[in-house]
Amino acid sequence: MDRNLIAGLTIVLGAITPAAMIGRFSAEAMRSLGRNPEAGPPISANLILSLALTEAIAIYSLVVALAIKFVE
Amino acid sequence: MELVHELPHISMAAETLFHIGGFPVTNSLVATWISMLLLIVVSWRATRRMELVPTGLQNFVETAVEIFYNGIARIRAGEQAALFLPLAGTFFFFILLSNWMGLLPGFGSIGLMVEHHGEREMIPLLRAANADLNTTLALALFSVIAIQIYGIKVRGFFRYANRFIRVGGFVDFFKNPGNPMRLVNAAIDLALIGPLEIIDEMTKLLSFSFRLFGNIFAGEVLLIVISMLLPYGAPLPFLALEIFVGYIQALIFATLTLVFITHATHAEGEGH
Repeated sequence: MDRNLIAGLTIVLGAITPAAMIGRFSAEAMRSLGRNPEAGPPISANLILSLALTEAIAIYSLVVALAIKFVE
Repeated sequence: MELVHELPHISMAAETLFHIGGFPVTNSLVATWISMLLLIVVSWRATRRMELVPTGLQNFVETAVEIFYNGIARIRAGEQAALFLPLAGTFFFFILLSNWMGLLPGFGSIGLMVEHHGEREMIPLLRAANADLNTTLALALFSVIAIQIYGIKVRGFFRYANRFIRVGGFVDFFKNPGNPMRLVNAAIDLALIGPLEIIDEMTKLLSFSFRLFGNIFAGEVLLIVISMLLPYGAPLPFLALEIFVGYIQALIFATLTLVFITHATHAEGEGH
């Protein structure tokens, strides 16, 4: 298979679940903010943390995709 | 297919500029030295003649440290924040400075022309420090080792070692025997939870280094590709995005270090 195609598929397949989960986390954070607006700072701090951990999964596949594309 | 031809050579590894006694000196290492030098000089100048009512540079540096301390460190680590501030703050300001410095003109665009495999290629003199897996892996190693050191320092060697080789359940049982089911629990703890904690420490290394490297390197590639597609105007919003990403990644690195240190220094069941 073409290397570009493989690289594209790597990032596409690797980004699906992190994208869905990041959306879900943010939605839940918004909901809790709506219920309890005073809890803003701890919610956003923990949200950023979970987003970072989730996003790392997508970053792994991005690194692999870039490696397939640019490393001979 | 003309576009592909115009794309400059993108190298995932940092390029070697010269050697010092057998050690290769790469362009990202030079950038690391520059940001180190900048941080050292600025903090030395700011604290050389400290005044009670700060002015100028001292005022600026104090404000930056205070924002980090009150806005990030205290929220994550509570009263212990002052103990961890030197480490987490250094991570934050070093990563922030290197990420933002990597966006300056001259990084990746000024270089030496060399003959490589019969083709003329440019080797940039400077490359964003965190666009090199070696730099981020070094930072990750520092962070993970510091987590262990703080854990041992605050909780004591044997209490901390119990996190990985969990014999605490057995010790408790023999000191204060009761329901024999607690022995089963202790055995599960020793056989399953302990190894998981060890694997967890290894994964921290991987996630710390790849997250930072992936974000910054992908940003560089993105900027190069956008500049090739539409050289005027179009890269501007992406540069703004990269400024934001550079800040967020510095924040995440420092925050995660603080969170893991807090986790390591708190006894189980105590919570915070």
